[in-house]
Amino acid sequence: MSGLAPAQTSRLAQMTRTPSGMAAGVVALVGLATLPLWLTDPYYVNIASQILFWAVFALALNVLVGYGGLTSLGHAGIFGVSGYTVGLLLASGHGHLAVVLAATLMTVLASAVFAVLALRATGIGFLMITLALGQILWGLAYRWASLTNGDNGVNVSGRPAPFGLSLVEPGAFYLATFVIFLFCLGSMVAFVRSPFGASVRGTRDQPRRMSALGFNVWLIRFLAFVFSGFWTAVAGVLFVYYNQFISPQIMALQTSAEVLLMVISGGTATLLGPIVGAAIVVVMKNVISAYVERWNMVLGIIFVLIISFMPEGLVPGSVRLCRAGYRAACERIGLTGRGKLDVSDGVDR
Amino acid sequence: MSALVVKDLCKAFGGLRVTRNVHLNVEPGERRLIIGPNGAGKTTLFNQITGELRPSSGTVSLLGRDITRAPSRVRAHLGLARTYQIITLFARDTILRNVTLALLGLSPLRWNPFVSFDRQRALLDRAEAALSQVGLAHLKDRPLSQTSYGERRRVEIAMALAQEPKVLLLDEPFAGLSVDERQDISRLLGSISRDVTMVMIEHDMDIALGFADRITLLHFGEVIAEGTRAEVVSDPRTREVYLGH
Repeated sequence: MSGLAPAQTSRLAQMTRTPSGMAAGVVALVGLATLPLWLTDPYYVNIASQILFWAVFALALNVLVGYGGLTSLGHAGIFGVSGYTVGLLLASGHGHLAVVLAATLMTVLASAVFAVLALRATGIGFLMITLALGQILWGLAYRWASLTNGDNGVNVSGRPAPFGLSLVEPGAFYLATFVIFLFCLGSMVAFVRSPFGASVRGTRDQPRRMSALGFNVWLIRFLAFVFSGFWTAVAGVLFVYYNQFISPQIMALQTSAEVLLMVISGGTATLLGPIVGAAIVVVMKNVISAYVERWNMVLGIIFVLIISFMPEGLVPGSVRLCRAGYRAACERIGLTGRGKLDVSDGVDR
Repeated sequence: MSALVVKDLCKAFGGLRVTRNVHLNVEPGERRLIIGPNGAGKTTLFNQITGELRPSSGTVSLLGRDITRAPSRVRAHLGLARTYQIITLFARDTILRNVTLALLGLSPLRWNPFVSFDRQRALLDRAEAALSQVGLAHLKDRPLSQTSYGERRRVEIAMALAQEPKVLLLDEPFAGLSVDERQDISRLLGSISRDVTMVMIEHDMDIALGFADRITLLHFGEVIAEGTRAEVVSDPRTREVYLGH
């Protein structure tokens, strides 16, 4: 039957089960893993690193926005807690391992506090509380100059050398980012497939029903928020090591909005969407801005186009268009138009 | 020990008293029918029994245990299940997934982020058994959005039955169904074991009367008649407020 979606599994998981999907996955992974070999210009390697850690951030936000149905506009604040913890602890002379662990712990704690305060509401209320909390952290970073050095930001000297491998070179840093990105993606696949992931999606679709069925809706949302906070922390650590600098600017509403746009433009509640969204935004920022001064406007136009033609986001939208094209092609050559491409409508449930 | 006891239950929304000193005592295995005209406060009473609404005063006990202050999830774990008047199912998921989710609610697996939900054979088997019971096993992989209203009603019942409740609350299970579908659901409800206590809100007197051991008549939030089928039907107050003769 056409359009009967087996809704249980993620699309990524489904795709990797077909031979062609698996082949595409392997090619993508090998391509990304060997990227520093075939992309020799360090400028582009650095852009690839940026795409990957922004993708980690977008995947983290997608846990709440896509699967939890909770739109946060305060994640830049959480991201900044991680970045500032790294920057300030390094400046006070601590080792990289301790700094990274402390930053992760601090950020997870901060996201737990965010969650406790923001989960008093859902919908617009949740959005406004997270927005306010994010702005408070931004204000702290900006105004508490004796700690954060205010608008001048904090410089970070050096990158860690895990297992004796220096991450100073762009290629090495890219590979480290890639490995972490893979862990993140793996944890997202596990989350989406797991009973806990199903619990989170259930609280998005029918919170009242979920309570009546025996689920603790608040705690499920809280844990999803903390899970999101954890990967936001990791993205923050990568960001600050990449830039070797952090300032209040990165904690501003602009960043929260950008990451939210990555998620929405790529496709909420999908695994590939946030990655594609991150790639678009980073490429726009870095590449288009070299040619077009008003690159922000170009980005805006692109988003308007995406929302107009693919309101569900680029990844599910492309799948829908491909499927329509495939069906049309099949009809033209006299087939029924019901093929493999019908098995999914492109949205991870 | 009674399966479900409601004592002196009151609920007011501002000046509007929707539940007034309601008493209810449902014995284990009993089939209780709650009738009353629109706006009598039947669903509001259910919402207080399941914990979705806090009563203004009074108590609710389930199997001898006071649950007045317990959140609805705790009541579910204690053996209370309900179906909804306005169907609230997971439209994006398949029928099987809907029922499996109901089972997950009572399973410690619901916190597990490490295993695959689709491979939980034990849960899936129980969900399929519940679907067979309501005659939907052959449609289990159909997305809920592509099912008929009557099928959704059955999914509602399957989700409640899958949880193996001790007390099952049915909120207008026949609403919006065709005559044939009503008879199917009626047979289905008749086949449920007497281990399950059932309380049903229903408007369709023809079908619902056959179901009931005892009937409670609510009017403006008050119990105005209660007794066996014959007693309540012949009660002049029933005729006055409900049957309209």
